[in-house]
Order: sequence, then structure tokens, then C-alpha cells
Amino acid sequence: MALDKNGIAKRIAKELEDGFYVNLGIGIPTLVANHVPEGISVEFQSENGVLGMGSFPTEEEVDADLINAGKQTITTKKGASFFDSAMSFAMIRGQHVQLTVLGAMEVSERGDIANWKIPGKMVKGMGGAMDLVASAQNIIVAMTHTNRAGDSKLLAECALPLTGVRCIKRIVTDLAVLDIHPDGGFILKELAPGITVEEVKSKTAGKLIVPDHIESVKLD
Amino acid sequence: MNKEVTDVNKAIEGIESGMTLMLGGFGLCGIPENCIAALAKSDVKDLTCISNNAGVDDFGLGLLLQKRQIKKMISSYVGENKEFERQMLSGELEVELIPQGTLAERCRATGAGIPAFFTPAGYGTEVAEGKEVREFNGKHYIMETAFQPDFALVKAWKGDTEGNLIFKATARNFNPLMAMAGKITVAEVEELVPAGELDPNEIHTPGIFVQRIFQGESFEKRIEQRTVRE
Repeated sequence: MALDKNGIAKRIAKELEDGFYVNLGIGIPTLVANHVPEGISVEFQSENGVLGMGSFPTEEEVDADLINAGKQTITTKKGASFFDSAMSFAMIRGQHVQLTVLGAMEVSERGDIANWKIPGKMVKGMGGAMDLVASAQNIIVAMTHTNRAGDSKLLAECALPLTGVRCIKRIVTDLAVLDIHPDGGFILKELAPGITVEEVKSKTAGKLIVPDHIESVKLD
Repeated sequence: MNKEVTDVNKAIEGIESGMTLMLGGFGLCGIPENCIAALAKSDVKDLTCISNNAGVDDFGLGLLLQKRQIKKMISSYVGENKEFERQMLSGELEVELIPQGTLAERCRATGAGIPAFFTPAGYGTEVAEGKEVREFNGKHYIMETAFQPDFALVKAWKGDTEGNLIFKATARNFNPLMAMAGKITVAEVEELVPAGELDPNEIHTPGIFVQRIFQGESFEKRIEQRTVRE
């Protein structure tokens, strides 16, 4: 069975390590915060200027001056801090944030990512995505393997305008976990429960590298 | 030095058609809403507005868009505004989209006397088109330049008559950077106190960057995405 959104988030949460500062994008990546493994301590950064994000507020706690990058109201945890936008992106470009998780429309077998613009449609802007992918050491893409039309989002070359080049290391989709090979290609690392190599192959338009040994995705 | 002006109209005096303005805020959080409302009542037009976002249809910069007072927007994300979309698609409104960190650093550079800098953001994308690329330590960077704004309009939580500012939570965002950048910086604050009442240790923006300060008449502080837990 393919992973649902929470399944993808849960799998990505297993990449979290004690002491990580993490930036989560909008959508599936946001859900990662709900699945932090027990016994480890991580802090979430939001690029509009907060480190140490907590849960959503109760009705009484809502504060118009306290939001995340998705413009949602939030709370802070003990030890949180606020800062301006230049300092926020200094944290990001300066590689002080250990892990970035974001969504994508397309990823190429070289690790290029496209996630901000569809020609002919209303362009909303890249927000902080280009800064995030240009600098992070460790970027994981959370996305479905195919788009709504059923077309593969894992391509030889991105067709859409790029957000960043050769920056993605790992992709977690509803079907599989894949790493980008330094010379190009998606290495199939893990399969979601009940998903076959053939299915992943048929839904991956770029070069798929199938090693002898493939793990199955474990969520617990 | 007393920077206090009596009201919002005094604060925005000198803003003329065709000028370039910086406006603080992220989404609707920490926007100079009193200054924007006053501009919407004025006749100035053909403005170039540098602001991370463009407000929503009936609040923030959306108010100026409704009245066609903006010629060009320089932003990182503009997704929440139908009138913006209409004007952009019809070609009435010029739009320059730039990465958020680049926008922030360009604001900072403007106020810090740095004409240009190199950033990795946007390398290999259409953002890099026409820009100088250089390689440092094996990685590629593109050159970005400072802005040349006439006015910066910022919003702070507390301020004193010297122009010293303290921001609250994530309403800080672009405000301190833009405050540094304006030829004339106007700060609207929720609470204006006499000099000496703010602790110098707590000041985020020193008064040297602020030319005019006033206490806003009212702050709606609208929430864009009210999200609560059960």
C-alpha cells in the first residue's frame, strides 16, 4: 500500500537526529513535526523569523504577531527566539540549519528541483525556496511519485523552471525512498509496503538504479 | 533628537507619485497598516513597492492595488490576492519576484552601504539570468545589488521619541532591515513612549535609522491563516 501524507512525513521524521535545527516547507513537510521520534531534541526554524516553533495555539493563545512561514498562527516552545529576515536567511545560507524538507513538482535524476512556477499559470513566487535549496547540506523532498495527471515527477531533466540545481539528496514519495546518485539517477533505497520494483520503475521517468538489496519502508 | 510627528499624514508627507517605497511585513504580520491606509486615501500613484508580499484583496497593499496606485511590485511571494493576479496577468502591474533571502539581504545591504553581494540563491535558475556569476571555493554565486528606495515604511511594537524601535515576535521580519534602508524611514508603533522609557539593552532598531515616528491610531492586525489546535 502506498504511503499517505502522514506516512511520508513519518518516514522523513526518521531522518531527524538529536540536536538538528530543521526547516519544514508548506504541505506534507509541515506534518513531519508531528512525528519527531521520542528521546531526541530538534528545533524547528521558520524563515519568517522564529526558531523553536511549538504547536498551533488554542483559541485563547492566538497572537496575530506570531505566525509561521505558511502564515498560520503558532506558539513557541521554551527557549525559542525571534529574529529579522536577513538573520533568518543567514541561518539558512550559512548552513546552520541541518535539515530542510520541502515539496516539489519535479525532481531530476541529477538532483535539480522545480517547485515554484508553472508557465502559463499564475506565478505566486519562490518565497524562500531558492535560498533554502541553494545552501542546505541536507535536503529531503517530500512528494507524491506522480502528479494528478498520473505523470512521473522523477525525471531525467526538469521540464518546469528550476528552483535549484543539483541540490537534492533524497526523495521520499508515497511509493519509495530514493537517493540521487552523484553521477545521475534515482537509487531505489526503500519500497513502501506492498509496492513492487516494477511499479516504481513504471512511474519513474528518469533513470532508476535498482540495487540488489532494497529495504522496505519501516514507520515504527 | 525628537522624531515624533503628530499623525500619519505628517508621517507620509513627501511621498510622491513615481517613488520607490519599502514596506515591512510578512504576509499581513507586521505591516505598516496606518501608513498604507493613509496612502490609499491619497492621490499618489505609479509607486514601486518593495515588500515581501502584496497583502490580500481588502487589506495591506491590496488597498493600494485596488486603487491602481502601484506600478511595480518587488516581492518574493504574492499568492493571496485576486486583484493582484488580475493586474499582473493583464499587464497593468509589473512584478519582479526575487528569493526571500535575497530580498532581505538586498534591504540590509541598502542600509549598510554595501552596493552588491554574491549569493548562491537562484544560481542555475531564471533568477540568475543577466546577472554576474562567480565561483568561490568551488561553488557558484550570483551578484545581487542594493535597492534605492525613497521611503521605508515600517511597523514596530514599541518606540520612543528618539526613534528607537522594539518589534514583537515574528512581526519583526523585514522591518528592521527596511528601517535601515529608507532615505526617509517612517515608523508607526503601537505604543510611543518618551525617550528614556525603553531599556537600551532591548532596542532592536536604533533611532539613527528612523526619521519620523508616530503612534498608529488603530491596528487591526488581521490574521491570514487562523490555525488552532483542539
